[in-house]
Amino acid sequence: MTWQVAIDSHHCMASGVCAGTAPDLFALDGTHARPVNTDIAPDERALDAADVCPAMAITIHDGTEAIGPRP
Amino acid sequence: MTTADTAPVSYPFNMPESLALSEEYDQARNRPGLLKVRMTYGEPAWLVTRYTEARFVLGDQRFSRAESARRDEPRQSEGSRDGGILSMDPPDHTRLRSLVAKAFTVRQVENLRPRVKELTHELLDELEAAGPPADLVDRYALPIPVAVICQLLGVPAEDRPRFRVWSDAALSTSSLTAEEFEANREELRAYMGQLVEEHRRAPQDDLMTGLIDARDVDDRLSELELIDLCIAVLVAGHETTATQIPNFVLALMDNPGQLAALRAKPELIGTAVEELLRFVPLGSGAGQARYAMEDIEVGGTLIRAGSPVLVAVGAANRDALRFDSPGTLDITRTGNQHLGFGHGVHHCLGAPLARLELQEALSALINRFPKLHLAGDVEWKTEMLVRGPRVMPVGW
Repeated sequence: MTWQVAIDSHHCMASGVCAGTAPDLFALDGTHARPVNTDIAPDERALDAADVCPAMAITIHDGTEAIGPRP
Repeated sequence: MTTADTAPVSYPFNMPESLALSEEYDQARNRPGLLKVRMTYGEPAWLVTRYTEARFVLGDQRFSRAESARRDEPRQSEGSRDGGILSMDPPDHTRLRSLVAKAFTVRQVENLRPRVKELTHELLDELEAAGPPADLVDRYALPIPVAVICQLLGVPAEDRPRFRVWSDAALSTSSLTAEEFEANREELRAYMGQLVEEHRRAPQDDLMTGLIDARDVDDRLSELELIDLCIAVLVAGHETTATQIPNFVLALMDNPGQLAALRAKPELIGTAVEELLRFVPLGSGAGQARYAMEDIEVGGTLIRAGSPVLVAVGAANRDALRFDSPGTLDITRTGNQHLGFGHGVHHCLGAPLARLELQEALSALINRFPKLHLAGDVEWKTEMLVRGPRVMPVGW
């Protein structure tokens, strides 16, 4: 099973919260954050990062199903 | 790389009765390596003043906030600020933050804009009816964020005089003894604990009820964490914004060309607020030291494992390597990734709400009163972590 991580660069405000929460999954080396890998093994911390993003810019998909941020 | 131990210089640098950034920051920013500083209490620390290094330290997990509880943290008052969520590292920090984060996202907060706009107009109507001179802090800057955070969290806004005293003490840098500091915190906890009990009996559609569910139903936080989180939201949710509203008005009065430009083009309010967040150094000095958990080189200085680092965001926001003409207030500035809300996991949770309140408060005020001016001496807050007017008489 693989999850897909995406960051909407229009919404991202480069707060650094995601990269601080899970540095192996998210990087902030430019003006916006980016996923280190867009396809990842299921990892609770990816959902955590999507939940805490102040801009709600991170989405996590399991196939076609959006699983993060959680409601 | 420098590792030599030199005598630490006394810190913080900024004068409390102004919004100026101390020249000592320019010197620190322009010298190679980091400066070693000592605050009134706690161990000496390295001071970061450049933008790139500030972002690095705030964003890197090898720098810990939680470690400060086990150390003699650099601080301005005797009492240790066991700051709850501000003194935690992931994953504990993530667990608590995720419980409140949803209430403060850009999308959630935008829903509040019409109410905030309405509130600014009501308060300005009252000001106008009362006539000048009026205290901008007490009659405008404070009521706006207090009303919003009270409603969002579920705290009666009428209690403002009570929790203002506690909140002042929580952010005080004065000579409160550790015991006085502790007594104040216990009073505030008792007050919030009582509100939590009332919410348990009669759940409301507010953040406190949501957090109570997270504790009672899902067991995601302890009772003390619940109470401290509510306190953190209440205190952080009003004091900083209430202070920045008059600060931003003062900064614009000092730059009449920029104020005129903003009045002429109200649509610039978004970039204007970002620029003011960059330009106005709110803090009396850096706090919330980060402890290096391993040896790490920062800006030409080797930080040894176990050493604290203080990040002066106000100084980093004036770094010429990152911002053109950093000492100039330019409300049209673009690409303005300032550190006014911090950076990394502790990036201000309420940033979207603060932005909205600052935009609406400033916009409504300067457009209602084209001749807004000071009508007496500003009385400054002293001995507080945040700088700004305690009383600011204005006329129009």
